[in-house]
Amino acid sequence: MKMQSTIIALTLTGCLSAAAAPVIAQEHDTPAPPSLKWSFSGPFGRYDQAQLQRGFKIYKEVCSACHSIQMLAFRNLADPGGPGFSEAQAAAVAAEYKIKDLDDKGEPIERTGRLADYFPSPFANELAAKAAHGVAPPDMSTLAKARTYERGFPWFVIDVVTQYQEQGPDYIAALLKGYEEPPTGFQLPSGVQYNKYFPGHTIAMPPTLQDGQVTFDDGAPQTLDQYSKDIAAFLMWVAEPHMVARKRIGFQVMIFLIVLAGLMYFTKKKVWYEVETPREIAHGPDPRKTVV
Amino acid sequence: MSGHSTYKPQSKVLLWLEKRLPIGGLIHSSFVAYPTPRNLNYLWTFGGILAFMLGVQIITGIVLAMHYTPHADFAFKSIESIMRDVNFGWLLRYLHANGASMFFIAVYIHMFRGIYYGSYKEPREVLWILGVIIYLLMMATGFMGYVLVWGQMSFWAATVITNLFSAIPGVGDAIVTWLWGGYAVGNPTLNRFYSLHYLLPFVIAGVVVLHIWALHVAGQNNPTGIEPTSDKDTVAFTPYATVKDGFFLVVFCIIYAWFVFYIPNFLVHADNYIPANPAVTPTHIVPEWYYLPFYAILRAIPDKLSGVIALVASIVILAFLPWLDTSRVRSARYRPLFKQFFWLFVVVSIGLGWLGSKPPEGIYVILARIFTIYYFAFFLVILPLLGIFEKTKPAPNSISESVLGAKV
Repeated sequence: MKMQSTIIALTLTGCLSAAAAPVIAQEHDTPAPPSLKWSFSGPFGRYDQAQLQRGFKIYKEVCSACHSIQMLAFRNLADPGGPGFSEAQAAAVAAEYKIKDLDDKGEPIERTGRLADYFPSPFANELAAKAAHGVAPPDMSTLAKARTYERGFPWFVIDVVTQYQEQGPDYIAALLKGYEEPPTGFQLPSGVQYNKYFPGHTIAMPPTLQDGQVTFDDGAPQTLDQYSKDIAAFLMWVAEPHMVARKRIGFQVMIFLIVLAGLMYFTKKKVWYEVETPREIAHGPDPRKTVV
Repeated sequence: MSGHSTYKPQSKVLLWLEKRLPIGGLIHSSFVAYPTPRNLNYLWTFGGILAFMLGVQIITGIVLAMHYTPHADFAFKSIESIMRDVNFGWLLRYLHANGASMFFIAVYIHMFRGIYYGSYKEPREVLWILGVIIYLLMMATGFMGYVLVWGQMSFWAATVITNLFSAIPGVGDAIVTWLWGGYAVGNPTLNRFYSLHYLLPFVIAGVVVLHIWALHVAGQNNPTGIEPTSDKDTVAFTPYATVKDGFFLVVFCIIYAWFVFYIPNFLVHADNYIPANPAVTPTHIVPEWYYLPFYAILRAIPDKLSGVIALVASIVILAFLPWLDTSRVRSARYRPLFKQFFWLFVVVSIGLGWLGSKPPEGIYVILARIFTIYYFAFFLVILPLLGIFEKTKPAPNSISESVLGAKV
């Protein structure tokens, strides 16, 4: 046993020390985004309605000029667990948009948006987007789940227990604040920006969000810091609209399973009692063998 | 599966049926009266857990297939619409995606348990080989299922894995074109993967029946590795094994539910939430975690053909385990040297998995090579030699003696 654990310990130490060197080198290159506090993290996390509404406002006024959210329908704004728009409010948002459609004669027309419509893309197609920006701005439907950063050992193991699943929003929020002057000696190609959190550091998206750019009616600070958190939270909801229901049901399932496991355990104990306990202890001495 | 039955139908209807189709007796002898060693530990509950997981995957999979569109232009969107618009679609999909991982966690524990206690040794060679076949089928099914998502990792994993066949001299490229149904991974590839992904689980279910049949002929191995000699050594499957399996299945489900409800995307690569794009290659193409050890072996070898051969050999070698292990003693309990090499093998396998997730450069390649050498040496050198040189500890005379000591 001792020998065995020594072998394992030695092997593990070897692996870890070998791994540590390149990881440290990488960290120096691209810093890990700071882990922010999110209302939707953890087993009881819920989206903050006001934050999602602010995030939506930022999307509508800034991001939507270049980024589509093709899988988000106007009706989703009124879905439970989301930004909490009323159906009338969601319909009013839809009415602000023009949707391409065909009329009865099959002629292309533009009509007012309805609840059932999806948010239209700012570009006719991907080629048009690419022609306008050099790189097609990604669709944001699943963006918050499609972006991450390397957690590395041992963090990725700890994350299982702490339920850390917010790499995406952390990264997005950090990226929006990550624009800075390139360090001396960094060759920045023309038409791109330097961003310390972007892999490779050269990002085609310009720093679009500035302090005071979007007006909030709820008294939240109108700063880049607040904007970046709000849009990241909004995008998390867009990517995972049923998360609140998922965690709520999850808690019920957990309670059920833990109680069931307890009951099963004691049933097992009862059933196995006579097998695991010798007959004499279970039933007392065999009366036939008792000498009077 | 017969021979233990003391089944007496309780009603006239059952008696009538029993005379025409003795299915009641079959179920009774297989899952009620079937004698199981009394000393099985919780590692023996994973067989039942695996059967449960296969059921979960088939049921969630069939419902998901009702909503999924196997077309390169719509596959990704149809999955997103399952996640958003299908009632409890997110639950079905997360159950299925994480179910695959839980299935593999369970199968790896099941396999390591088999190796530790020598469960593949005579008379259980066929049982073990059937298990290896199930494992191979699981790998194929899991891989094709991952491709169906049609995200960036799906697409590029499909490209990398199918390209392995191009290493075959002469006909390699022709085979790859045939597999793809075109000159690149595309819609025909997705369609055939969907068809096979739906078919293979039922093939697995068939081989599982054979696996259980073979198990019930040879009987279960147990932690002592010695065969039951009397009724004292065994207990009836029901209620003893059923209640024990049931308890641990619920414990397993707690972990499963933890992943599904709280960290459903922990085991998925983020890039797979980007729709497949043949024009953009991801920086690191990584397969699902359960293939990582084999991926590390593939990349540890600089020559492509040799790498592919090593990859295939690392899995196929398992089928020869009953003959590579020359020791007559089954359980590692009585094999002090084997026990150490076994745990080192576990560490090496996990280490290879970790290396498979790293870029193939610098220290990672060197470590992967060392680990690959140990992986093969374990089967080809250590196991054959241990049987000759190892001084084993004395095994008890019977199972009940090992459990109850001198009391019986």
